[in-house]
Amino acid sequence: MLLRHTPKEVKERSALTINPAKTCQPIGAMYASLGIHGCLPHSHGSQGCCAYHRSTLTRHYKEPVMAATSSFTEGSSVFGGQANLVQAIDNIFTVYQPEVIAVHTTCLSETIGDDIPQIARKAEADGKIPRGKYVIHANTPSYVGSHVTGFANMTKAMVDYFAASTGKKEDRINIIPGYVEPADMEEIKRMAGRLGIQTILFPDTSNVLNRPQTGKFEMYPRGGVTVDALMGTGDSKATVALGPMASGPAARALDTKCKVPCEILDLPIGLSATDRFVDALRKLGGVHVPDSINLERGQLLDIITDMHQYFYGKKVALVGDPDQLVSLVEFLVSIDMMPVYVVTGTPGKKFESRIRELTREVPHEVKVRAEGDMFLLHQWIKNEPVDLMMGNTYLKYISRDEDIPFVRFGFPILDRIGHAYFPTVGYRGGMRLLEKILDALLDRQDRDAPEERFELVM
Amino acid sequence: MNTDHSVIFQERKDQIHRKGEEPFEISCNKESLAGAVSQRACVFCGSRVVLYPIADALHLVHGPIGCAAYTWDIRGALSSGPELHRLSFSTDLQEKDVIFGGEEKLTRALVELIDRHSPNAAFVYSTCIVGIIGDDLESVCKRVSGEKGIPVIPVQSEGFKGNKREGYHAACNAMFRLIGTGDTTGISPLSVNILGDFNLAGEIWIIQEYYRRMGIETVANVTGDGRVDDLRRAHGAALNVVQCSGATMDLAKMMQEAFGIPFQRVSYFGVEDMAESLYAVARFFGDRDPGIMARTQALVKEELSILYPQLQKYRKALSGKKAAIYVGGAFKAFSLVKAFRLLGMQVVLVGSQTGTEEDYQELHEITDDGTIIVDDSNPLELSSFLKEKDVDVFVGGVKERPIAYKLGVGFCDHNHERKEPLEGFIGMLNFAKEIHASVVSPVWRFVPRKTAGRRG
Repeated sequence: MLLRHTPKEVKERSALTINPAKTCQPIGAMYASLGIHGCLPHSHGSQGCCAYHRSTLTRHYKEPVMAATSSFTEGSSVFGGQANLVQAIDNIFTVYQPEVIAVHTTCLSETIGDDIPQIARKAEADGKIPRGKYVIHANTPSYVGSHVTGFANMTKAMVDYFAASTGKKEDRINIIPGYVEPADMEEIKRMAGRLGIQTILFPDTSNVLNRPQTGKFEMYPRGGVTVDALMGTGDSKATVALGPMASGPAARALDTKCKVPCEILDLPIGLSATDRFVDALRKLGGVHVPDSINLERGQLLDIITDMHQYFYGKKVALVGDPDQLVSLVEFLVSIDMMPVYVVTGTPGKKFESRIRELTREVPHEVKVRAEGDMFLLHQWIKNEPVDLMMGNTYLKYISRDEDIPFVRFGFPILDRIGHAYFPTVGYRGGMRLLEKILDALLDRQDRDAPEERFELVM
Repeated sequence: MNTDHSVIFQERKDQIHRKGEEPFEISCNKESLAGAVSQRACVFCGSRVVLYPIADALHLVHGPIGCAAYTWDIRGALSSGPELHRLSFSTDLQEKDVIFGGEEKLTRALVELIDRHSPNAAFVYSTCIVGIIGDDLESVCKRVSGEKGIPVIPVQSEGFKGNKREGYHAACNAMFRLIGTGDTTGISPLSVNILGDFNLAGEIWIIQEYYRRMGIETVANVTGDGRVDDLRRAHGAALNVVQCSGATMDLAKMMQEAFGIPFQRVSYFGVEDMAESLYAVARFFGDRDPGIMARTQALVKEELSILYPQLQKYRKALSGKKAAIYVGGAFKAFSLVKAFRLLGMQVVLVGSQTGTEEDYQELHEITDDGTIIVDDSNPLELSSFLKEKDVDVFVGGVKERPIAYKLGVGFCDHNHERKEPLEGFIGMLNFAKEIHASVVSPVWRFVPRKTAGRRG
């Protein structure tokens, strides 16, 4: 067995992460930057960081991912990366001609103490930034937080650099979708559109990382939130932030900077969280929920009704990012499944208490860990197995070794398609999740059923 | 950005050569231009890919989580036994470790891992941050090695110290510490170490089998399906056969200097290079075993008699099609150029991330007029070349694949993500199949490729 090196006995570890359930901040910042139209993400660090992030995002999306790097050398790590970044800014605007360069730092540039705003000012003073073009930045040292906080920091940078208020409020709502897939961002826009609400959604990676085959390689795809729209966020009448960890900081910054009040909600995954999202939009927009949205809700509820026996009491192990897991746990509990192991690699104390609160009524012990890893999750499973696992591709090792059905959910998914095109948010996303869960559970039931009990109708 | 010329950085012009249009001259082995969307990686990446296939060693990444997360089992280096190399171990450095130093944490991590997994050796990879905060890896490793009684070897792979090349060098330095520490009794006078093969998709097993049929013992795999104890006695082999221009050549040179073991450069890709590699090894051992050449010829003949009839249908379908190559090391490009020629295809673009001047000189010699030769390219350049040359299939790695597909060009992964062995005679057939599968795919009928392929 591939993971035969994992012992059953759990020992507390303090110096070591094995099979991580997170990755570092810069990749989240890069992903967020790709959600700005005409933006070239820029990694201020060694070449490897940029290559790794691009490769990982490419494997997850099967799309070209463009980003530049300061290409640090031994010299720049002694004398500072100013010269590299100024030269990079010049080269990028000359050759790649983006609207925006979104610089994120790395452990290297953070530790040597490069001051990005100061370097950007120098580039501007030297005439390296063409009129009407922008350099923005986020600090994303790899030894703090995780890819989720990197995403949050770059999303907040969009507010810090662009949001402006003209004093005249517009009848529209900002939506910060959180660290979700391009398909999810599209679905959130669609739902808001059905409700008849004008929105600005940022960042927006739809039509950037799930684009069609056109016979062309486009450095800057059609999607992404425009700089003008980002500037306009300061004049919107409200902000709805989805996912406190990924979207909260940007929403609060917008409130402070431009007096745009915000509502910070859970990601709209599952019935109840989607209800809260729709209700928030309804109230903020002063609109009625249209029949078409009610229909989708009814369909989701119908699936749960039809199949509820199959969900009953099933034990689930989950690994992923805090915002996703909170909503997913709520959803699973609401359909009578038992999320018994919940692990995120991302640090943050609130996570554990929130999961405990959501699983209070679950008739089983629930183990939850922030700053956990998949090695720990596997040890728990070895001590008491589960009926289903949900999480990123790396769970496939445990799934194979322990022969447990597995639904891919989260980041990264390196071995299947679909996540870029089909949402898991909203009522329709809920239906897709249930389809996947049921397929996994019922395929297993079919596979394991003795001949005489093998059923046609389920 | 509408004309092809504007996509090329002024500073990069001398890293691109068009054969036939000008006398050969190419600039390479330069640091990448800051701000370029380079396809290159870092020192750590180079070390990691070389060492990680050693399957019974512990590989601990000392740094923030990213470096370990991005290199967790991404390369498909197969093991016939232990699978310890497929787990991801990291000290997951936090802010307080960066401030106060990570040595103590590293010690605890090492001790715990060695106690639990009893590996035969441990490699500890340094990352950018470790180079900056100045943790003394050497002394930590020495201490733990003394305590635990296994070799604990620091790999000086701070990312910013260069590109993958420097990483290969650091990996060779690390492995060299093991070599010469084992017992060499019982090793055949007809013996080799296989260097520069990482057993992607099981390739080294094919090569080992060829050597076995020639009557040659393989002492150590460096590093595909590698084992610590094999490395320790690798100095007992009579010859090092070295594939890949960069990755393990340094080790071969170190072994030559320290142990007087000669080395021979080989390539297992393509029929010509595969056969010539085996013949070269047979010639080397000709004095000791006069029958070896005849056995080798028989082997090649047998393999070719199986291969050629099967290749014909692919050759027929692929003849005249155009191929582009952009790979990490240039050695692979040489063999690919010849392999495409065997399939009747024309190579119109060839480049690498880390080629040397001699590498490009050789590429210049073996390619046809009009071929573009490029060093350290980037997506914009590559896509403009693909369009200009109206390429049918592109051979590259993970970051190149979606570029080809967006343009409506076929693709073959000749890097980490290869799924079928491409080495050996059977590998040539697999290669032909993969190229064929992509080039003749009906999907290209549905993409606006021809119109998109026109310039302007």
